[in-house]
Amino acid sequence: MAEHILSEDEILTAPLTVEYPYHRTVGPMQGAFFTGLREKVILGARMSDGRVQCPPTEYDPITADELTDVVEVADRGEVMSWSWVRHPREKQPLDHPFAYALIKLDGADTGLLHAVDAGSPEAMRPGLRVAAKWRDEREGHINDIECFVPEEAS
Amino acid sequence: MTIELPERLQGVERVRAIRTPSELHYTYGAGVATSRFLHGLEQGKILGEKCPVTGRVYVPPRGASPEVGLPTTEQVEVSDKGTLCTFCIVNVPFYGQEMEIPYVSGNILLDGSDLPIMHLLQEADVTKVRMGMRVEAVWEEQHRPTLETVKYFRPMDAPDADYETYREYV
Repeated sequence: MAEHILSEDEILTAPLTVEYPYHRTVGPMQGAFFTGLREKVILGARMSDGRVQCPPTEYDPITADELTDVVEVADRGEVMSWSWVRHPREKQPLDHPFAYALIKLDGADTGLLHAVDAGSPEAMRPGLRVAAKWRDEREGHINDIECFVPEEAS
Repeated sequence: MTIELPERLQGVERVRAIRTPSELHYTYGAGVATSRFLHGLEQGKILGEKCPVTGRVYVPPRGASPEVGLPTTEQVEVSDKGTLCTFCIVNVPFYGQEMEIPYVSGNILLDGSDLPIMHLLQEADVTKVRMGMRVEAVWEEQHRPTLETVKYFRPMDAPDADYETYREYV
């Protein structure tokens, strides 16, 4: 058979999706945090220096001791810093432009990363008060909070 | 260590694991040689390509001879009949599985080719599947540019191939 050179449009392409349906086990402290989310409560951990970390880690960031003291914090707080997402991607929390923000919840001393549905970047600023918008159906996942919204709108 | 939850959460079932699925979306470009092969399948032909030095025929072709690194340019139609070189009887279910178990997956050396392809074997008694068994392709009625257009291979009513003809591939 003779050699057959293909033109550009004869070269075939096809969609190819690779999926990993992972589950990850969480430790006792993160397990407490996710259990809280399912019950519409946000939990943090008291660290060795007395400050409250939220979301909590399993170990103290300074002493590396196990953290065991669970502290309930509020489901509202203030924006520490933020970054505006102009073109949200498929698996991101919102399908329209939003901010990813570090939010210091009332009663916590560290930032929780979540989406803020603020409408426009002009509405965002450090210190902005925001409140969690909970989903009706929760499973113990960070997405049990759909996003945060400016407090006056909540 | 057990961590105590606030009073209002006592007695609720603890979360022990979270979902962390991940998805990667690609567009696979088949490239020139594999596109030639896939267009061949669309016409009901299995096309290999020949190494210009050794003369060995590769199916599916990748555009170059893995032995000498030179482009393969000559296309060769190979048979849709061949020899089962090695096989695996799958008895264990797994995620993403589409076939009913048990099923047989095999390396099939098509007549005229020098590299076996992996494909399914069906219409076969799994207890009688063996190396050297002669098999033939069962095609979809409407051919498509994918190797899945060969639905599966099935045993032929023919004597087994001589071991020497496939010993290189076991």
